[in-house]
Amino acid sequence: MNDNMKKRLIRIIVAIVLLLAAVLIDFRPGKINVIIYLLSYLMVGGDVILRAIKNIIRGKVFDENFLMAIATIGAMFISEYAEGVAVMLLYQIGELFQSFAVDRSRRSITDLMDIRPDYANVKRESKIIKMDPDEVNVGDFIVIKPGERIPLDAIVIEGASMVDTSALTGESVPREIGQNQEILSGCINVNGLITAQVTKEYQESTVSKILELTENASNKKSQSEQFITRFARYYTPIVVIFAVLLAVLPPLLIDSASFSDWTYRALSFLVVSCPCALVISIPLTFFSGIGGASRKGILVKGSNYFETLANTEIMVFDKTGTLTKGVFEVQEVNPRGLINRAKKENDKEVFNELVNEFKEQLLEVTAYAESYSSHPISQSIQKAYGKEIDRGKVTNVEEIAGHGVEAFVDGKKVTAGNAKLMMLRGIDYIDEELIGTVVHVAIDDKYAGYILIADEVKEDSAQAIGSLKESGIKQTVMLTGDNEAVGKKVADRLGLDKVYTELLPGDKVEKLEEILSLTSDKASLAYVGDGINDAPVLARADVGIAMGGLGSDAAIEAADVVIMTDEPSKIPVAIRISKKIIGIANQNITFAIGVKILILILSALGITNLWVAIFGDVGVTIIAILNSFRALKI
Amino acid sequence: MKKKFILEGLGCANCAAKMEAAINKLDGVKEVTVNFMTQRLIIYGEDDKMTQVIKEAERIVKRIEPDTRLKRA
Repeated sequence: MNDNMKKRLIRIIVAIVLLLAAVLIDFRPGKINVIIYLLSYLMVGGDVILRAIKNIIRGKVFDENFLMAIATIGAMFISEYAEGVAVMLLYQIGELFQSFAVDRSRRSITDLMDIRPDYANVKRESKIIKMDPDEVNVGDFIVIKPGERIPLDAIVIEGASMVDTSALTGESVPREIGQNQEILSGCINVNGLITAQVTKEYQESTVSKILELTENASNKKSQSEQFITRFARYYTPIVVIFAVLLAVLPPLLIDSASFSDWTYRALSFLVVSCPCALVISIPLTFFSGIGGASRKGILVKGSNYFETLANTEIMVFDKTGTLTKGVFEVQEVNPRGLINRAKKENDKEVFNELVNEFKEQLLEVTAYAESYSSHPISQSIQKAYGKEIDRGKVTNVEEIAGHGVEAFVDGKKVTAGNAKLMMLRGIDYIDEELIGTVVHVAIDDKYAGYILIADEVKEDSAQAIGSLKESGIKQTVMLTGDNEAVGKKVADRLGLDKVYTELLPGDKVEKLEEILSLTSDKASLAYVGDGINDAPVLARADVGIAMGGLGSDAAIEAADVVIMTDEPSKIPVAIRISKKIIGIANQNITFAIGVKILILILSALGITNLWVAIFGDVGVTIIAILNSFRALKI
Repeated sequence: MKKKFILEGLGCANCAAKMEAAINKLDGVKEVTVNFMTQRLIIYGEDDKMTQVIKEAERIVKRIEPDTRLKRA
């Protein structure tokens, strides 16, 4: 609570005491209680009246201060002193609570986003100086002690440690880092001492970019925010006009209607004419939502994207790097040809040992045979083999373009390549439908087995697609540049509804537009990619989601929503969060407008009194604000 | 040209909306955002009219909420 709020609180308390005193001596007729009422009123409402007067001088009539002043002074004119004071009192309590709630929310979000590093330990001529991260240059050496926040993006030169990325990714498991690895600002060094060389200036570093994004996110306003500000613009004047009509018309038209009774009803109108309660809870909800989502490693770049996400009907995925890991690796070494020849062995343990030996052997001869090739496939085989290759053992290498390679390894003839090569050489290979690239291997013209190289599907991809369908996504589509066999297999395995294969990067935008035209008017289409080569597609979709934002500037730039980690399972989480936030916003809108209208009707009929009106009004504000706080805890 | 300000003491959400609407009507303003939660005012405007726009904006802010101060961010 700041000084201003404290002052207001004290004034409210003093006014309550005075009001109680006045009510207690109210049964004794006389002027003394009126003076106490007035003192109490001025204590609590003095600033409102002052502001109202100032605004009238400036020619602004429909101002909240003015309306409250009229409502309360009006009440006192018709000798409802206690009510006049109480209305002002409750109004001020409501205002104070609003300020308190907004202040608290601003603070809690700032704390949440407190990933700003305070200093950097810079090595200068064998001394270590504490510096503002802003002043550190690219190429400087920095020292990060255990428990400290990494101040700038850098590369580890010396030392190893665990790094806690949770502030950026929501991921609680620390990452292991060592020499030559990149470290990102904003993360916390957990245990080891690291020396690192700065790669980016502070303004360009990960932490500044993320902070800027979250700070700017609530600038882009949601439709509910726009609706409520537009509503507020008309609401107040309309209610005030009704209030005037209510005070004037019935007493003129109906004989039995008394002027003071209808004025009293009209004053209730003025009491609920203030729109602030409505207006405040909506930005508060979205602001809290942005904070809550970023805590989970989901960066939403504007309040409006919560709405688009919540309305998503079709979700389109890129394959490589999004649903799959995007790294070609040896998935399987199957020495079935060698095994078939060794099947006589019955002892299970001996058999298993033999299989492992065969696998090793198959991988080894293939790695040797392919050792002169720089093709990605042969490189991934060599990576899987992992041992030094003595090229002296490889002779007579012959590359057969589009088929594979043939070479002598340790005097044995090794043939490695695709099915076409096996047919060409008349080798009886075992055909099986596999996802990925298959390298068949024959040793001395006898089939030995195959090595399967493929891009691996991420562990949580299938689960992500499943939960998306549960959360109401009607159609899941995959776009890929890969061939049909691979694309279809991956799509089937993950349970995607549709797949479009063999697309060039330019085709993806076209395909997306085709799918977009199928989307119904109110629903939206989301595209999920890695942001590296699909920026145009991300931009074209109603909402573009990029994966693996941490450390990838391209992804952060191109998308509307950034998933900081590489996990597709965060996408259903993002949808769930969006739906919850939109839900809260809608509850607040309908609840606040509903109660206000109810009070207006009851007041017009003369069923309620000023007390109920102001209680209803302040109560709605408080409930709506408390409801919006739920958006923070998601 | 984009100019960013802090609205110190901005305490009323409806006032923020009013400020946004009023500044938006000024000559030379392309786009304006008043962010109530972060207390930020961002004006996108034509370069040659910017000084005048800022002066006017300052007046509008003062008129709508007298306790608010416009500070350069």
